[in-house]
Amino acid sequence: MSDLLIEAEKDYTGEFLKAKKVQRTKSFLKGVLFLLPSIILFSVFLFYPLFKTIYLSFFLTDSSGATTVFVGMNNFKAIFTSPLFLKSLEVTFLFVLYTVPGTVIVSLFLAVLANEKLRGIGIFRTIFSSTMGISVAAASVFWMFLFHPTIGWLNQILELFGVEAIGWLTDPDWALISVSLSTIWMNVGFTFLILLGGLQSIDSYLYESADIDGASYFYKLRRITIPMLSPTLFFVITVSFINAFQTFGQVDMLTRGGPQNETNVIVYSIYQEAFMNYQHGAASAQAIILFVIILLLTLVQFKLGERKVHYQ
Amino acid sequence: MTVPAYQKIVFYLLLTVSSVLIFAPAIIAFSMSFMSNQDIMTGKIIPTSFTLDNYVQVFDRFPLFNFLLNSLIVSIVIMIGQLVLSSLAAYAFVFLEFKGRDILFFVFIATMMVPFEASIIPNFQTIRDMGWINTYTGLTLPFFAMAFGTFLLRQSFKQIPKELKEASEIAGIGDFKFYLTVVLPMARTSLVTLGVYGFLTSWNMYLWPLLSTTDDTTRTVQIGLRQLQSQEQLNEWGVIMAGAIIVVLPTLILLFLGQKKLQKGLAEGALK
Repeated sequence: MSDLLIEAEKDYTGEFLKAKKVQRTKSFLKGVLFLLPSIILFSVFLFYPLFKTIYLSFFLTDSSGATTVFVGMNNFKAIFTSPLFLKSLEVTFLFVLYTVPGTVIVSLFLAVLANEKLRGIGIFRTIFSSTMGISVAAASVFWMFLFHPTIGWLNQILELFGVEAIGWLTDPDWALISVSLSTIWMNVGFTFLILLGGLQSIDSYLYESADIDGASYFYKLRRITIPMLSPTLFFVITVSFINAFQTFGQVDMLTRGGPQNETNVIVYSIYQEAFMNYQHGAASAQAIILFVIILLLTLVQFKLGERKVHYQ
Repeated sequence: MTVPAYQKIVFYLLLTVSSVLIFAPAIIAFSMSFMSNQDIMTGKIIPTSFTLDNYVQVFDRFPLFNFLLNSLIVSIVIMIGQLVLSSLAAYAFVFLEFKGRDILFFVFIATMMVPFEASIIPNFQTIRDMGWINTYTGLTLPFFAMAFGTFLLRQSFKQIPKELKEASEIAGIGDFKFYLTVVLPMARTSLVTLGVYGFLTSWNMYLWPLLSTTDDTTRTVQIGLRQLQSQEQLNEWGVIMAGAIIVVLPTLILLFLGQKKLQKGLAEGALK
């Protein structure tokens, strides 16, 4: 009698474990099924290309991009002794140095202004964020005219003040500054919008109690606004860094990397090497350098930001 | 607490000056697109005459309509692809429990460390070897999977009460039906935000369309503008500006309509 019972119980636990296992496999399959489209596309267009880029960087390639001769680290040795690539790195860092603080400071100024509760503030907010809707190509066309040596507005304004005309895009000393200037303008819209969102989420209670204590406008700005905004500010700064390293369009439209490679930023250099000189191997080595830079920046963001998620 | 009058005046003054400076490049381009070439070449700031000739010419001499249509198709396809893939993935991360979920979530985070520009050479080879140069597939497919979109929707799916999911399980409603009939409608706002964002960025895409189109059949309007600018040389600024204005009009309108939602949505997706 008791033997039978135990047997039945055993059977029951066995069935139960089996059912649990089936259930687990089922839920695993279901989960994977929902994620499968993303996983497949990430694999094909992101992870595979990453490894392929590393692979290509060890080879010489023919004009179609197929590997021909294994050269080990020679591509890397070559780019780090090539004055052209070193110049491109220098230009990229200078470009980052000009555009990141420029964008963040201008956007922060605008966001603080636009956060005031004034009549008609919506119009100003719309105007400030408008450059986000303007594509790199169109923005470059706008600025190309402003930079025009004779009929462009910038030189006309200079002339008004009796200052000599500047070759904004043709003078090697000015070209990178000009490209940076137009880039800051292009980036302000997005950065402004994010910062304004950050400002609006600050608890108004903090300002009210500061008002009761009779705090001045700048005291509140320094002691409440900036500290409370710091996570948003941090996010905006890293995104600006990453964006600056990925700049391509405005360089292609405005200067084509010239004059004298003064605006030849790293992505433009990769583009030239891969798609104009057909050196996919050497270009891949450059792309790896870009990847490492972005990787480090993203890691810094994850580590310091203590935030799990950020914009691509 | 009211702002003192003098402070208000200072604010309005700063706001106005900033607005003029920010808006100037676009306004100048806009007014130039209605100016005669003579006015432009003599450096006139205020037009002496008003003409629609530049707009007629840019459509006449240039397959601009074709480019606009291509951009519209590409942007809409990418937008839909991103919405579908991101929402499916977000659903799995929020409502499904299975082994390996955390690892897969980490994989999604890891994708953000790989810049598209760094993987562009093999991607170009893939598209070329598949025969997808000058096709909508080649222009759109690489952008469907999107970590940022997944995180943004995950954030909004998390707001949906877990009890709804339990109740649907008891009622025998499957996951896919629950996703379609409950989750998607409830996350409408975030879907619209992501959609607007996806459309904007796809419309403005530059490097990939430059590489993956070699003729006018699927060329997008951004690359069309690049062509217009390099072909026309620097003599016909009115025509070029007319082209540029047409290119930015759709995205500007979309931005003006969706600005509030976009601002909230982007900040949420970015910071939570």
